[in-house]
Amino acid sequence: MRDSLNRLFLSKRLDAFLPIFAAMAAFVIGAIILFIMGTNPLVAYRAMINGAFGNQNALVETIVKAVPLLLIGLGICIAFRAKVINIGAEGQMIVGALMATAFGLAVELPGWLVIPMAMFAGFFGGAVWGAIPGALKAYFNVNEILSTVMMNAIAVQLMNYLLGGPMMDPQQAAALGKLPETARLDSAYHLARLMPPTRLHAGLIIALVLAVLVYIMLFHTTLGYRIRAVGFNPFASRYGGIRVRRQIVMALLLSGALAGLAGAIQVYGLNYRMITDGSPTGFTGSAGYNGIVTALFGGLHPLGVIPASFFFGALLVGANSMQRMTQVPSAFVIALNGMVVVFVVSAAIWRELRERRRRLAKVSDVPVPIPPVQETGQKKQES
Amino acid sequence: MDSSQFFSATVVIGILTAAIRLASPYLFAAIGEMFGQRSGVLNLGVEGQMLMGAFFAFYYTVQTGNPWIGLLAAMVVGAAMGFAMAVVSVRWRAVQGISGIGFFIFGVGMSELLFKTMMGEVRIINTGFNPILIPFLSDIPVLGTIFFRHNFMTYLAFFLVPVAWFILYKTTLGLKIRAVGENPHAADTLGVSVTKIRYLTVTMGGVMSGVAGAALSIANLNVFQENMTAGMGFIAVALVYFGGWRPFGVMFGALLFSTVMALQLFMQVFNVAIPSEFAVMLPYILTIVVLVLTVGRVRGPSALTEPFVRE
Repeated sequence: MRDSLNRLFLSKRLDAFLPIFAAMAAFVIGAIILFIMGTNPLVAYRAMINGAFGNQNALVETIVKAVPLLLIGLGICIAFRAKVINIGAEGQMIVGALMATAFGLAVELPGWLVIPMAMFAGFFGGAVWGAIPGALKAYFNVNEILSTVMMNAIAVQLMNYLLGGPMMDPQQAAALGKLPETARLDSAYHLARLMPPTRLHAGLIIALVLAVLVYIMLFHTTLGYRIRAVGFNPFASRYGGIRVRRQIVMALLLSGALAGLAGAIQVYGLNYRMITDGSPTGFTGSAGYNGIVTALFGGLHPLGVIPASFFFGALLVGANSMQRMTQVPSAFVIALNGMVVVFVVSAAIWRELRERRRRLAKVSDVPVPIPPVQETGQKKQES
Repeated sequence: MDSSQFFSATVVIGILTAAIRLASPYLFAAIGEMFGQRSGVLNLGVEGQMLMGAFFAFYYTVQTGNPWIGLLAAMVVGAAMGFAMAVVSVRWRAVQGISGIGFFIFGVGMSELLFKTMMGEVRIINTGFNPILIPFLSDIPVLGTIFFRHNFMTYLAFFLVPVAWFILYKTTLGLKIRAVGENPHAADTLGVSVTKIRYLTVTMGGVMSGVAGAALSIANLNVFQENMTAGMGFIAVALVYFGGWRPFGVMFGALLFSTVMALQLFMQVFNVAIPSEFAVMLPYILTIVVLVLTVGRVRGPSALTEPFVRE
């Protein structure tokens, strides 16, 4: 009896649900915050769910929001697997979008040629913006968290300068307008819409294909093996002949490239021009930070990031409708995301404790009943 | 004003005066962070704690007209966030780099949420900490202007530098903090409670970050806006590295940054022929350059980011 219960509660499958329990804890605290602010949490959460899944359009918006989160989340996974924490997706997305937009505005070629090249431009821009902190970490031992945050701030200023100056929409500039936005891309360059008239665009397919590719890359290629080995034990990797520094740069480069691609898709699939509102997150909508939350929630596994990105996409869309229905500012979701991160990383200790308990439970395979004294002894050790 | 006036004596004095004033938020946050790191905990939530401190200080100053109550509120909310970070990183042994980012995101969202629901619009107050002219000293030409006409928070920030030095190097508590950060197992064997020390330093770090936020919102700028810290919390963390985990090193770093900030502000005022966006980039570029130049030169606390497990 005890054995079968143990097997049920300590099963490895249950570990996969730890992020969900952690997110639930965040939602409970979120409910308390809403309650203190004088809003009925049930009403607010219901408005969120309706806004995210209530009708076809809501569902499409959820998916549209999920696309950049998925791409950025995939990149964060790669970085994390090499034990590199990439907080720079905001900046990488911006630089990728800038490159892709500048390319699309400069050339006059057939659409089937321009779109893949623009996607590559985005990929390349993000890769450069990721490789810089990567190289700084690998060769100068600069903390990548700090350098990527700084790279974000630099990218934001670069964007504000370019969109308000050299890259500004000429019509806008001629009318002495102040809106920081570029001219509109030629309609031949737009990513295909999958379900007109909704905004669902081909970026979804690109992102899903990449999720599978990243999975294969990480778990079934030498490159992925090297990246994971470096994250697991850099010293042993070096001893085993892996060039550790090169893998670190590679991990951040790929991570940045995927964020840059997300930026290019945002421009070519959704807005058809690059536009911001002057705030640091005006273009990205904080996708770079939310992508971190998504990756952690997806268990840092490329395929886990797929459902996670839809969940957080829903949260973002739901937040807007909650704002309309209950007057709770959508910033609530940012605070909620922060708590999800804190609880998900804190949940790691439960995984550790369960692992240990599992090892101890193995003893019970021997057909001798465990004396109860030993059981309490174990508990004491764990607490 | 045109750029030819940029290098006149008044402007240089203006830049130096502003540099002293602008150093205070960096100093508070970085000194708090330094104690945390010295005990082995990397708190990357400083930015979030600063934003929350800035909001609460501003809100209570507006409500009561008394900046001291605002400052107290900032300390309380900073302590709460610091304590939460301590629970997560000490008791639950979560990966510090990421949990700190969680607190950063939480602080960004929560301060904006509170600001939008409790205040709604940007406003400027005149009930913050106003400049105090130190008698006689403030009358000294040039030096008086640069050093002795600041608000209370600026004086407090610089006063805390030698205090931090004294605590860290001349008291038993400081010895315990350094021991816990260098070799927690040895410290534990000698009867020092690693857990207690880390709870203390991380919570106090939160208080200091809250005060840093208050220094922005009710002393230096007298305004609150969403995301007003704009990366200062992260720069403060970088300053700890730059300062080699030593109070006076941190002060030197803070002054370097605040000078660049002041220079950047004056460049914008004087329409120096550089786009303002590039001027705003300066402190961030400087942070990266500074990290390249200093990391590896000074060795940090050995147990930094290592959760403590008694074996």
